[in-house]
Amino acid sequence: MDPLLVTIVNDLLLAILVGLAIASVRLPDLLGAVATLGAYSLVMAILWCRMNAVDVAFTEAAVGAGISTVLLLAAISRIGRHERRTPRTVASRGRSQLARFGAIVVCVVTAGALLYGTKDMPRVGDPSAPATTHPGVAVHYLTKSAGPEGEVGPPNVVTSVLGDYRSYDTLGETVVIFTAGLCVVLLLRQAQSVRRRRRAVEAGPELQR
Amino acid sequence: MMRPHTESLVVRFIARRSVPFIQLFALYVVAHGEDGPGGGFQGGVIFASAFILLALTEGWGRGRSRMPEPVSDALMPAGALLYAGIGLVALLLGGGFLQYASLAVGGDQHAQHLAHHFGLIGIEVGVTITVAGSMVTLFFEMARPKHFLNVPRRRRRHRPDPDA
Repeated sequence: MDPLLVTIVNDLLLAILVGLAIASVRLPDLLGAVATLGAYSLVMAILWCRMNAVDVAFTEAAVGAGISTVLLLAAISRIGRHERRTPRTVASRGRSQLARFGAIVVCVVTAGALLYGTKDMPRVGDPSAPATTHPGVAVHYLTKSAGPEGEVGPPNVVTSVLGDYRSYDTLGETVVIFTAGLCVVLLLRQAQSVRRRRRAVEAGPELQR
Repeated sequence: MMRPHTESLVVRFIARRSVPFIQLFALYVVAHGEDGPGGGFQGGVIFASAFILLALTEGWGRGRSRMPEPVSDALMPAGALLYAGIGLVALLLGGGFLQYASLAVGGDQHAQHLAHHFGLIGIEVGVTITVAGSMVTLFFEMARPKHFLNVPRRRRRHRPDPDA
């Protein structure tokens, strides 16, 4: 493809990404903000695709645009759809201005450091980048994993790395997901049964009568 | 989401009819994770999203009835145990932890290759089970409406005793 066209499409996608990020912060309607975040993840998935990271794009689309959006929707169903504005006093206004100033300083410094850091990074898709030329990791995985005589077998090298070479890490990841589910069960279900017991105690004498 | 269901017949019909296809696609994603993009994590998320879609359109209770609490609670550790179990079996058979080729004890190179494949598929299925169970649990616990208290079905509502 024409390199100019590639640049234009990439820049357009990045511009949409920035616009969506700003919109998700600025929107007072939380439902709209969540929808914007879902769209953000979807554009991000397209960008991953453009970088030939299809597995990452798939995960981004399924988790970022799908499950996280739905979980945020579930959170909204608990806390209400609109931002609540607290009445302002002189003291709170001063505090919020101080916080705003601090946030701007943190953002500018972080963005400056990141931009400074990108100067030393290799170009996207550079074949001579250290990440692709490391003989023990990238070259080994790419040349030895697949094929009938390969160490692992499957044509998808990402699966070979996740499921075989780095199987310990994937086991850890699975346990992390399990822990997340367990914590939600322990915290939310527990809270509900406690509330129920309290209500039962309060209503107890009445029921016994 | 707090309402029992969406009123639109079209939305409910389409959502209900697309559930089996979503689940089939999830299994496809898991099965083809070795050949193309996909794998256990994505497949598990897609599988869970079918139940979430049901809950969003048909209401929390009907979505939950397709994947009851005990089932999703059991799925969460089952997948992780399957994963770790494959690793332990490989360890007990004389190989390293999660060294799939050692699952074929005394087999030739072909058998070891096959064992390698089955081990890889086994752990992918383990990841799928845990992720699907956890995602279903995460959603249903966070979105639980107030009138769905965590009590067994028969005790959910207090019915006054007719004889009293």
